[in-house]
Amino acid sequence: MFQRVTFLPLAIVFAVSVLFAIYLWQIGPGGKDISTLPSAMIDKPVPEFDLAPIEGRKLGLKSGDLKSGLSLVNVWASWCPPCRVEHPFLMALAEKGVTIYGINYRDKPADALRFLRNLGDPYKRIGADTTGRVSIDWGIYGYPETFLVDQTGRIRYRHVGPISSEVIETVFNPLMDKISKK
Amino acid sequence: MTPEIGHYAVALALVFSIAQGAIPLWGAYKNNPLLMNFAVPTARFQFIFVLLAFVCLIISFVESDFSVALVAQNSHTLKPLIYKISGVWGNHEGSMLLWILILALFGLLVGEFGNNLPPSLRARVLSIQGLIGAGFIAFLLFTSNPFLRLDPSPLQGSGLNPLLQDPGLAFHPPFLYLGYVGFSMAFSFAIAALIEGRVDPAWARWVRPWTLVAWTSLTIGIALGSWWAYYELGWGGWWFWDPVENASFLPWLLGTALLHSALVLEKRDTLKSWTILLSILAFGASLLGTFLVRSGVLTSVHTFATDPERGVFLLLLFLIVLGGGLLLYAIRAQSLKVGGLFAPISREGALILNNLFLATSFAVVLLGTLYPLLLDAFDASKVSVGAPFFNATFVPLMVPLLIACPIGAKMAWKRGDLSGALSRLKAAFAASLVVIIFSMLLDENRSLLAAGSLGIAAWLMIGTTLDFLEKIGLPKRSAGEVFRRFVNLPRSAWGAATAHFALGVMVAGITVSSVWQVERIQIMRPGDKVEIGGYTVLFEGAGQVDGPNYTALQGSFSVFKGTDKLTVLLPEKRSYPAENSSTTEAAIHTNFYSDLYIVLGDADQKGGWATRIYFNPLVPWIWVGAILMAAGGALSLTDRRLRVGAPRRAVHPENSAIPEEH
Repeated sequence: MFQRVTFLPLAIVFAVSVLFAIYLWQIGPGGKDISTLPSAMIDKPVPEFDLAPIEGRKLGLKSGDLKSGLSLVNVWASWCPPCRVEHPFLMALAEKGVTIYGINYRDKPADALRFLRNLGDPYKRIGADTTGRVSIDWGIYGYPETFLVDQTGRIRYRHVGPISSEVIETVFNPLMDKISKK
Repeated sequence: MTPEIGHYAVALALVFSIAQGAIPLWGAYKNNPLLMNFAVPTARFQFIFVLLAFVCLIISFVESDFSVALVAQNSHTLKPLIYKISGVWGNHEGSMLLWILILALFGLLVGEFGNNLPPSLRARVLSIQGLIGAGFIAFLLFTSNPFLRLDPSPLQGSGLNPLLQDPGLAFHPPFLYLGYVGFSMAFSFAIAALIEGRVDPAWARWVRPWTLVAWTSLTIGIALGSWWAYYELGWGGWWFWDPVENASFLPWLLGTALLHSALVLEKRDTLKSWTILLSILAFGASLLGTFLVRSGVLTSVHTFATDPERGVFLLLLFLIVLGGGLLLYAIRAQSLKVGGLFAPISREGALILNNLFLATSFAVVLLGTLYPLLLDAFDASKVSVGAPFFNATFVPLMVPLLIACPIGAKMAWKRGDLSGALSRLKAAFAASLVVIIFSMLLDENRSLLAAGSLGIAAWLMIGTTLDFLEKIGLPKRSAGEVFRRFVNLPRSAWGAATAHFALGVMVAGITVSSVWQVERIQIMRPGDKVEIGGYTVLFEGAGQVDGPNYTALQGSFSVFKGTDKLTVLLPEKRSYPAENSSTTEAAIHTNFYSDLYIVLGDADQKGGWATRIYFNPLVPWIWVGAILMAAGGALSLTDRRLRVGAPRRAVHPENSAIPEEH
């Protein structure tokens, strides 16, 4: 008699191979593009969370705050160089009246405050994700990431990496127009 | 002519690998010595022809023969010689040829130095190596031929990705492949043992040097890659939990587990089925990494150009090699006899604990790496798993493993004495407590996690040192006795102590550098100063410099400690016209305790320059730890028992300490 348990590794490898085969077939010629990173969260409500403000600031961020209107949620940290790269674009968006919320990922309060003091503060509210737990719920991959959340609190778009004027022109602006017209 | 010779040599190598895979296996089955001995010359010829092909490819690169498509795509006449050569493995086809060369090299070494193996075992091991070789040579020849010609040939090549034009990266792949491919030896030995239906301490001893070579090389390879990421990507980080980094880390975790479980098998003749399974899976993890990087299922800075046809071929190879091995395991594993019994509190028990944690962390990293693919395949949505997941899952798994390490090393075989072991580690425990309290007091953030990690680092370093001192008889024995023990202590004990100590060094480096890193980002004009980590950094200015195949903006920063000028750091932003891309070259001033790390950013039109200056305390310890760890592996490799003690049953059956196999 064979012991069943010795077949377990084989079964797992077989299952993984099937997964790869499906995947290879999907990305085959004419298949789907895997170079962009949409989120599993698209069109789903934002995860439940309630974050305290960064020490020294007044307004924290919780999921309820995201239901008051169309907004961007930007996940950033003072130690993240690309966050600095995209910061002027966030400032410009804020000046045009776009509501931007921040999730400050695993940062030291003093560093985060210095960042905002030096580079400007485009955020209406910022939640301090000191443990990184909320970022896991949002499925954060790299920093920065920016989500477009509609007035019902649903995530409509996710952008990984620093935003640029090109991304704003070709993606965010058309999408925001479309959503707010409805 | 040269590329055609290379192409032909690959074809010949394929023929020899098929012969090496088939004939000795049949010979071992029929117990025909003549057919079994066929393995050695075929392994030799396979190696010679793969080497010939490799040399031909190097010549094509060095000569900048742009009629060869691969050279045209990856080289350039202006590239320095070392990067012309390293460009050979800076692409999919060439690196695959290097992969095969190393595989053939291992086959050659078993053939040349495997005289102490029973002939049937050696024949079977070489056969399995030959079959793996045949699979990958066919893959190279039919989907990834590096010798394809271009007509008409371009006048100039398009160059190598500038990120790869770097000394650290030149040697990263060869070490990595020595590690990946080195695990094929443990795999082949495991399959051969399953075919023979016999796994015993002698088997474990034969496999050990090969596993050590693979593990040591992989350690160096991963460390080189992470070092490269540290100074070349210019982000001040050194590990990003990138899927491809994980792909190299997965076999390392299993290889580490294998090194430990094979010890139990060697000393106590037990844990057979598990050790065999680990031998198969460690190479399986290497194959998985090869598949992930080369099939196009992952997108990453590391991955090669995607080609679904290659992906299908590699998936088939993965399924045949790993699936075949595991099928054999499933059928034969239960026939392996259970060996010596032991109490849960014992060296065996501790090593099993080690294996449990390593295997679990393997599963966690594997899940985190494959989960996005899983979702994507079934859901058409894409999710990614990044550092937060791995930090939340991998780190907690490492904590008990690291705490248990010095205790386990103190346990006796069969039945250990936990309270005895603990009482002999009292001093280490007290020292770690002191370290924890001190770091809590000194750290303004009062981070318990950081202080605890430092405590663990101290625990590992001091506990390992205490254990080592006790082994050589300090402080109880006389000086002469201590010296005698010091000299006679097996190299494997030296190796284990070194590697465990290195782990402590590394944990300290990782903790301190990630918690107490200081960063200053600002616009600087010539003459501006920044104070950081006790240094004063003076920005002198920036100007243009020219390299062999790039132009660069170079910043000049004088570094002072107090009023003493220590050095001038010259970070660069390079731009490579041939490849139409640019790189950041961080400038680093290092002493043993910390790095001062400067990156030059963009100019702001008003005479200022964006600069990023990091003070990275204890970061050098990460690499020192990795080097020490590899040194521990190398020390263990020189252990006498691996050379002299290996049973020579086949040659001198009457002297054998191990029972007959047939």
